[in-house]
Amino acid sequence: MPDTSNSDAFVEFERVQKSYDGVQLVVKDLNLTMPKGEFLTMLGPSGSGKTTCLMMLAGFETATHGDIRLDGRPINNIPPHKRGIGMVFQNYALFPHMTIAENLSFPLEVRNMGKSDREAKVKRALDMVEMGAFGGRRPAQLSGGQQQRIALARALVFEPELVLMDEPLGALDKQLREKMQFEITHLAHRLGITVVYVTHDQTEALTMSDRVAVFDDGRIQQLAPPDELYEKPQNSFVAQFIGENNTLEGTIREIKGDRCVVQLDDGGLIDAKPVNVGTVGERTRVSIRPERVEINKDRLQEGAHTLKAEVLEFIYMGDIFRTRLKVAGNDEFVIKTRNAPDQVRLEPGTQIEIGWLPDDCRALDAPK
Amino acid sequence: MTDAATEPDKVTGPTPDNALRAADKEDSGPVLAADGTPLKRSLNRALRAQKIRALMLIAPLLIFVLVSFIAPIGDMLFRSVENQIVRDTLPRTVAALADYDAASGELPRDEVFEAAYYDVFFAAERKEHTRLGSRLNYEKTGASSLFRKSGRGIDDIGEVYLDQFEDLDENWDEARPWAELMGDPDWIAAQDAWNGNGSMPEFELRSDISDILPRTAETYEIFARFMQTEEGDSPLEEEPWSVVHTALYQDLAEGDVSGYTGPRADMLQAADALVASADFQTIAFRDGFEEIDEDWVAPEIWQTIKTYSPAYTSGYFLNSIDMQKTAEGPALRDEDERIYGLLFQRTMFMSLVITLSCILLGYPISYLLSNLPASKANLLMILVLLPFWTSLLVRTSAWKVMLQQQGVINDTLVWLGLVADDARLTMINNQFGTIVAMTHILLPFMILPMYSVMSTIPPSYVRAAKSLGATNWTTFWRVYFPQSVPGIGAGSILVFILSIGYYITPEIVGGTSGIFISNRIAYHISSSLNWGLAAALGSILLVVVLVLYWAYDKIVGIDNVKLGG
Repeated sequence: MPDTSNSDAFVEFERVQKSYDGVQLVVKDLNLTMPKGEFLTMLGPSGSGKTTCLMMLAGFETATHGDIRLDGRPINNIPPHKRGIGMVFQNYALFPHMTIAENLSFPLEVRNMGKSDREAKVKRALDMVEMGAFGGRRPAQLSGGQQQRIALARALVFEPELVLMDEPLGALDKQLREKMQFEITHLAHRLGITVVYVTHDQTEALTMSDRVAVFDDGRIQQLAPPDELYEKPQNSFVAQFIGENNTLEGTIREIKGDRCVVQLDDGGLIDAKPVNVGTVGERTRVSIRPERVEINKDRLQEGAHTLKAEVLEFIYMGDIFRTRLKVAGNDEFVIKTRNAPDQVRLEPGTQIEIGWLPDDCRALDAPK
Repeated sequence: MTDAATEPDKVTGPTPDNALRAADKEDSGPVLAADGTPLKRSLNRALRAQKIRALMLIAPLLIFVLVSFIAPIGDMLFRSVENQIVRDTLPRTVAALADYDAASGELPRDEVFEAAYYDVFFAAERKEHTRLGSRLNYEKTGASSLFRKSGRGIDDIGEVYLDQFEDLDENWDEARPWAELMGDPDWIAAQDAWNGNGSMPEFELRSDISDILPRTAETYEIFARFMQTEEGDSPLEEEPWSVVHTALYQDLAEGDVSGYTGPRADMLQAADALVASADFQTIAFRDGFEEIDEDWVAPEIWQTIKTYSPAYTSGYFLNSIDMQKTAEGPALRDEDERIYGLLFQRTMFMSLVITLSCILLGYPISYLLSNLPASKANLLMILVLLPFWTSLLVRTSAWKVMLQQQGVINDTLVWLGLVADDARLTMINNQFGTIVAMTHILLPFMILPMYSVMSTIPPSYVRAAKSLGATNWTTFWRVYFPQSVPGIGAGSILVFILSIGYYITPEIVGGTSGIFISNRIAYHISSSLNWGLAAALGSILLVVVLVLYWAYDKIVGIDNVKLGG
């Protein structure tokens, strides 16, 4: 078998499949390459296969088919304790019968490290997460955020090059979660470790990662940096899953370079950018971000198509206004406008015209 | 000069500890409710109705437990020291023995025999002498038959005097003259008038008769009252017991009745003259007792009575630790009489072995159960619980079939040629049989708490340990096992305490070398009827269990015992 691995790849999944029951594939043909030092997030709804991928990488599940390589070395048959991968669990999994210091010392002890080395490393790891004074406590005496830091320190104390995190912030409240998101990314970049992070929270994925792999139905739907993922979703699942999104369905009438004209189901015509479409006459679903919808006709290009819309609801949200419209039969069409002195507040019942730049309207695959 | 590392308490922020500390600080003064009463008091008032309702809900169970559990235990503890029977049955003897030195090895003074004569006579009339005999028989073999014999023979002493007085004057063996001599005239009139309905007028002594014939008056009064209350007969129609004649002899021999002028004065004075005459026959009490049984003139019975005369005794407890009360104080029994120490040791040791076997057999099953999917775990659980639903007697008898010399296991071993036919293994009626059968019976009590604790250990701990680099064994030993210890603890306490008091199984398969202390307790309850000793053994067992429980709490901590999630 020829060596197809990338030379700077640190973690590699090659044609990996996983089935639990021999009937259904939970992971279908996964291919993924990560360079060293990258912070990669696996994002997806529950049941999309992201946690299974993480467990296969950690060694708690075996791949039904395909190769997983770590630093060029196949690890399919290496038991978890020999992989040297740090892991942070959803509920921290701090050993309740050991003190914090004992918890941190555990991975060093099983590596037969001397006592003084251990103590020095434990102290350094505790200081790293600013928990130096808590070594003598038990996990139950700490708050959720503190336990989270300890779990992080324990996964890092034996200096693994790869750290896996399985929804580590899921149990924290919003404020603490945001704080920890920054701390984890800073720490990861400072230490230069490679991180595979699993979450179902898209904000977390977007703010923390170098790249995000969006999972659905056992496949990676798109693997891209956060901005690209948001701005340029490759298919309608990603567009729908990441951020808020308006969709309209119709048929392609004309394709001209990076422009196409789509006839909506109620007859209206709109301009769009063909991204993931077939030929003229096929169905498509167009996607427009709420903040890219323009209600001021002066700002639109000459000759651009516009659509009639009826204002259904106006919601004041502080920094932005959120307005729900009925457009081409879709009454869940949302636009967001910035709260500025000159911004109009749209009254429900008003008839308006809306439009957008063709680049902001992406024609994607139609749902089956 | 402190730094944060040495003073974790300085950490500010919302940790649980800080919240507790803040709550403590609030305690500086009583918090007042809106109406100015202390908050605690108004809270108590608000909760009172709730508390009363809670109490009502548990009241039936509480009463049931008090009546059926606490009270019998209290009664048992009391029985193990209670010893009023000697004092109640032989009051005069106990009093007369007060200055008797049991260690001297001599017979007590004559006054003691005199007191014993009256006591045994009354006890025999009341039929209480056999009960006392059985009680003293626990301490001194032969006491039971001695007292039974004495009950029959004690009359002989009084007969000597009765016959002589009767020969002198027939009236001395008649009811009416005695009643006139001893009874108050008003009472006699009332008793004569009594028509058999309602209660009899209570017998009263004549006013001055006690001064002239003190012993006679006392014994006659006892006789008369006994006739009235116990037999329902009129003393006017019943001839007195011979003990009254003995008392009369004693009074006449000591006192002077020449000045007596009351009813039957001439009859009494004639008797006085007879007693004073040279050919009047007397019998010393000691000789009388000797005639009944030689044992009465050996010091041992008197020592036993003396030793057990107090109302409360440590004798039962001394017995149950292979000691006995002797004249010189508590002493160890002879080596061949010691059984309870050995039985206690064996009970503890075998319970320990049973507990350990249950841990060894139950741990892997519980581990498997807690890691299986629910449907399979339930099926296995039914198999575990199956013994619970089978009668204890049936299971134990099944072990008898399995283990006996002509049983299934031996037959199979012989058939396989592993054991010679003439050297079949002895697996029953010994400790081995008891341990095997009891381990089987008590295993569910170990598995259930272990299983419920193990199923609360999240699998992420094991995964975490492995991801941190621990081998399977280290993961088990350092991470899984310590968290399953509360289950082992709970199971061990259950199994140990249950087995330490187990009775049926050792009784059936234990033979002589495999029985427990509880079998001995049962023997004393139902066969030897020595309830005091049974109570003392039971109390010791109770204390041992409580001490073990206390020690377990000190070592493992009772908070660490979990019966479930």
